[in-house]
Amino acid sequence: MGQYLLSTYAVEGEVAGAPSSPEEMKQFMDRVVTLEDEMEATGTFVFGGALHDPDAATVLRAAEGGAVMTDGPFVESKEHIAGFYIINAVDLDAALGWARKVVDAIDHPIEVRPFRATGRVQA
Amino acid sequence: MTGPVAARAEATTVERVFREVYGQAVATLTRIFRDITIAEEAVQEAFVVATDRWLRDGIPPNPAGWIVTTARNRAIDDLRRSARGRELLEQLGAVAATSPDPGTDVSEEDGPVRDDQLRLIFTCCHPALRPEHAVALTLRLLGGLSVDEVARSFLVSESAMAKRLVRAKYKIKAANIPYRVPAEADLPERLRSVLSVLYLIFNTGLGEPERGPLRSEAIRLARALVGLMPDEPEAAGLLALMLLDESRASARTSGGELVLLRDQDRSAWDRTMIEEGHAIVRACIRRDRPGPYQLQAAIQAVHCDADSFETTDWSQIVALYDQLISVAPTPVVALNRAIAIAELEGPGAALTTLDAIASDLENYHLLHAARGTILRRLRRRDEARAAFERAVRLATTEADRRFLAQQVDDLIEGGQRPAAS
Repeated sequence: MGQYLLSTYAVEGEVAGAPSSPEEMKQFMDRVVTLEDEMEATGTFVFGGALHDPDAATVLRAAEGGAVMTDGPFVESKEHIAGFYIINAVDLDAALGWARKVVDAIDHPIEVRPFRATGRVQA
Repeated sequence: MTGPVAARAEATTVERVFREVYGQAVATLTRIFRDITIAEEAVQEAFVVATDRWLRDGIPPNPAGWIVTTARNRAIDDLRRSARGRELLEQLGAVAATSPDPGTDVSEEDGPVRDDQLRLIFTCCHPALRPEHAVALTLRLLGGLSVDEVARSFLVSESAMAKRLVRAKYKIKAANIPYRVPAEADLPERLRSVLSVLYLIFNTGLGEPERGPLRSEAIRLARALVGLMPDEPEAAGLLALMLLDESRASARTSGGELVLLRDQDRSAWDRTMIEEGHAIVRACIRRDRPGPYQLQAAIQAVHCDADSFETTDWSQIVALYDQLISVAPTPVVALNRAIAIAELEGPGAALTTLDAIASDLENYHLLHAARGTILRRLRRRDEARAAFERAVRLATTEADRRFLAQQVDDLIEGGQRPAAS
């Protein structure tokens, strides 16, 4: 069993295809909750959620006399990670199957990336 | 056999057998060790052992089994030497136990398992790999081409190709692309990906002369795939499409220059390939589960059936293009349909059809070549010349460029002559 990061990105703060009306928002959340329930029930869900904007980020860097912090995200770029799931999956095909369901639920591109087997993560 | 000639003949035979069994052996070893790199290295080591032994004692009755058993034993010996290797062997359990000396005994499960190759095809052609990586990996692992041979056929350096292969294998291992025939639900999409990789190999072989061997390799792999998946009509369709296309290969050029279908010497077409292609197309029609490759093969079958360009059954060809466009609505299919319409309904109708799709194919030389041909038939010479000039600038091979430049020259010369009639 491996673990995979399924991540989605916002471009210039906008998530394309994001719900715009309260009605759409409710349907969107219903789809997401249903999917997360399915992930939970099958032992797939490890962790996940939507992130606040990169404006809310803080970066810490090692320095003499202790880590120094700066306001803002690590990379100044148009694209920022907007949300992610970490899932358990036996292989890439299984991970891609879940990624497909996420795409169907949120209508936004998903990057699938395997975790290395280090620390607490098993290959 | 004795003497240098016999020895050379033997060495050539051994080389040929290596090439034939490489894909089978790597596929089976990949199943056993669940790692392509271990499998490849073990097979290489077994080849070294086999070269000496076979030249001395002759080729064994089951060379693939011999290679698999030898490679497996070698790999296990290698793995035992490191702690990580021993850990891996423990995980693999009894699957990877050594077998007796292959010289005396080849156990049943060491025979090449056909499903192993099918699994490896689906791994190498996984849609999560970029197509150029899938193509390289398929040629190397299943075709048994050397890295250098693969590199040469893609006109890149050996080190660049080696990097490409390493990267593809890294992704397979890191992302854990499974070594498995996909589940029924995923099969159509995954098979499409396999077929497009094989067709890409074939089409890459159409360009420069040094890439020619890619075409026979693609046909060989497609034939193997049909053997492994006899119930998949699209696999058969792809094989037929390649055979019917390849049957015209020798008539397609003359002295290095391109010869259009219209002007080809049809007696130079390869009848054996045409007959095989036709038989497959007929079987596909009986099966009645059409798809894009089968329809393209059927179109080629109509061409191969005709005694001349003029007597070709163009209405049948246009009908097949109509069917093809309904399942594969791509601009290139639309372009080819327009070219067929020129023969059935005349250049005026074809030009209307072409202009409707022109914006999608603005940078495709064959669109402008087709427009040039049709405009010339309509006697709109200046426009025809401009279209051919555009096509020359966009052409991707030297032979195409020369052919198209000739069309431009002919139009200039023809334009300077006083109108004779």
